[in-house]
Amino acid sequence: MKRLVVEDIEKCVGCGLCMFACSRKFAKRPEIGNSSSAILPVSLSGFERGATVIFCRACEEPPCAQVCPSGALKPKKGGGVVYVESLCLGCHYCVEACTLNAIFVREDGKIAVCIHCGYCADYCPHGVIAYKEVEA
Amino acid sequence: MRDAVLIIDLDNYTYEVEHRPDLFEKWLGGTGVAVQLMREHMNPKADPLSPENVIVFATGPFTPAYPLASKTVAMFKSPLTGNLGESHAGGRTATSIAAAGYGAIVIKGASKKPVYLVVENDKVHFRDGRVLWGIPDSLIVGRIIAENEPGRGTRTMMRIGGAGEKLVRYSCVTTETYRHFGRLGLGAVFGSKKLKALIVRGRKKYLPADAKKYREVYDEIYRMAIESDAMKKYHLLGTAANVIPLNELNALPTRNLKAARFEKAEEISGEALAEYNLGRRIACSHCPVACIHLAVLRLPYENEPYFFRTIMISYDYELIYSLGSMLGIGNRDDLLRLIHRVETYGLDAMSTGVCLAWATEALERGIIGEKDTLVKLAFGDVEGYLKAIDFIYEQPTDFYKHLAMGVSHAAEVYGGKEFALAFGGNEMPGYHTGYAAVLNYLTGMRHSHLDSAGYSLDQKAKELSPEETIDRLIEEESWRQILSSLVVCFFARGIYTPEVISKAFEPLGYSISPDELKKLGREIYREKARLKIDLGFNLDELSIPRRIFETPSLHGELSEDFVKKALEYYKKKLREML
Ligand code: SF4
Ligand code: SF4
Repeated sequence: MKRLVVEDIEKCVGCGLCMFACSRKFAKRPEIGNSSSAILPVSLSGFERGATVIFCRACEEPPCAQVCPSGALKPKKGGGVVYVESLCLGCHYCVEACTLNAIFVREDGKIAVCIHCGYCADYCPHGVIAYKEVEA
Repeated sequence: MRDAVLIIDLDNYTYEVEHRPDLFEKWLGGTGVAVQLMREHMNPKADPLSPENVIVFATGPFTPAYPLASKTVAMFKSPLTGNLGESHAGGRTATSIAAAGYGAIVIKGASKKPVYLVVENDKVHFRDGRVLWGIPDSLIVGRIIAENEPGRGTRTMMRIGGAGEKLVRYSCVTTETYRHFGRLGLGAVFGSKKLKALIVRGRKKYLPADAKKYREVYDEIYRMAIESDAMKKYHLLGTAANVIPLNELNALPTRNLKAARFEKAEEISGEALAEYNLGRRIACSHCPVACIHLAVLRLPYENEPYFFRTIMISYDYELIYSLGSMLGIGNRDDLLRLIHRVETYGLDAMSTGVCLAWATEALERGIIGEKDTLVKLAFGDVEGYLKAIDFIYEQPTDFYKHLAMGVSHAAEVYGGKEFALAFGGNEMPGYHTGYAAVLNYLTGMRHSHLDSAGYSLDQKAKELSPEETIDRLIEEESWRQILSSLVVCFFARGIYTPEVISKAFEPLGYSISPDELKKLGREIYREKARLKIDLGFNLDELSIPRRIFETPSLHGELSEDFVKKALEYYKKKLREML
């Protein structure tokens, strides 16, 4: 099973290219900006002190799916979630439930969560993140 | 195109949003749009430190669509020169303003009490800034606000340090700790408006007109940025790579330009800094290059052994020149301490260095005395300079009050104009390369080396006539109006050619040919010149410090006659244009 993983967090320069890439991930409707981005690099009070890149780590028992009242988030086989946008109420229970703060609120109030497609990994210029086979 | 302009009025604590497709379709964004907004909103006669002054922040149509469109243009009336103020900065400012939905932000009026502003999508919050006012360290201000405001990772935080509050005419606005709206005193304009900081965050999306084409063009530009040679210089040593070559060319202003070669250049070169001090590199938002070079400075506690402060300090060529060679500082730790001090107060490094270099020479010559400076200033002596920087902020004597108004002003009061290195009121950048550089400082709309890159022309072409030099400078500056309207990083100018720009516009649903772009560049140049003249610019009032003609440059000793001829020609060209 392929997953987006952090390879070496100390190399992150805070460019945000991963974040902008995620918004472009759907070939049929790429977006410009960060509204639908499901990955967020943040600094430890300045990138000179280091970084954290926040995205879904594909939990086996995803708490977000457990609290979703509408069935918009469902556990995926092998970890992580499937997000059915049309069912999403925009209640943000999932946002609260995620320990990593890895569920983001879009401009329209619905959510963005990483689907482990790997698109962003190709745009990290410094090898911080990678798309790799991992054991389920 | 993103066409929303947010207009904030600090007089009444109100705001409104105007949609201006007319402006953005005609002038793209950035500089092009900022010039027009200045015209619409500011009385050209305004005192730069009065509520009548206006600040415009403008982003361009390529933000956040493409990489390297990472800059924001700030425009205002400069309290340093009394004329057009324009300063560009990176950090996260451009992408955050775009994410909040705006093409530009206009700030008018002045608050009665200190405030800071938070722009959050469609809302503007006027926050009580009284507790933050009086904190001189812009780094601390940044940390406090970071604790209080959400938006980690996507917000921008522009703020002033103590220098802006004290209206030092060359104080800057710092964004994301290491990038600056550095030149021409935007910090003092913030200070005069009692505005400590401006935070912007949002999460807006935009859709390309042609989805497939958009991803293709994006990839093309991205690949160029990471693979081509077009940006190599910035990939490696950063702008600090210039120290050794310029020194070898006899073009590195040293000790208030008494010389143009520094015997300790090696010690403070990009190579040495990279080898001994470089601790990390970071990037502006949406830039794969990460040209922000951070040096590690390890300073022992004074009284306790085996305790160290470890400070990260961003360095660039301009700072190495102004706080290094210009002050005769040839020790890296000393240089970094000076950069850090300037950063703390939110001062412009170039202006500060030039002011201190002039003060040192004025003291040497006895034009001023130690009762004025309160501390002995001597080239190469870091302790004196560190104190003097504190004094520029504190202004304990009349002398420092004057020095805080810029080197031209101080020389007006005390004498020593011949060696007060400023052009059009703006302290000189670090290139004593020859005629093109001097003419660039004089005729550039911001009196900045980046206006028309005279320093680069000097290195490329040696035998130009006065007329050819001016023609080339105008051509370069006109084209740069396009880059600063998009707004792409000037370091990416090798990538964003007219053809690439034209192609990149297509999937965004806007069409403009390479030739039309060049023509538009000339129009923006003309519009800016008009604005500058409305603000009171008069070519006949320009003066040139004698020192420029005394110290041989890369082109040897410069002749006044050449410069005069060139200026006459420039005047004629400008008249024709307007
Ligand atoms: S793997 Fe796909 S969904 Fe996850 S952050 Fe990267 S681009 Fe976004
Ligand atoms: S693209 Fe890579 S270096 Fe840039 S912010 Fe994302 S993880 Fe960090």
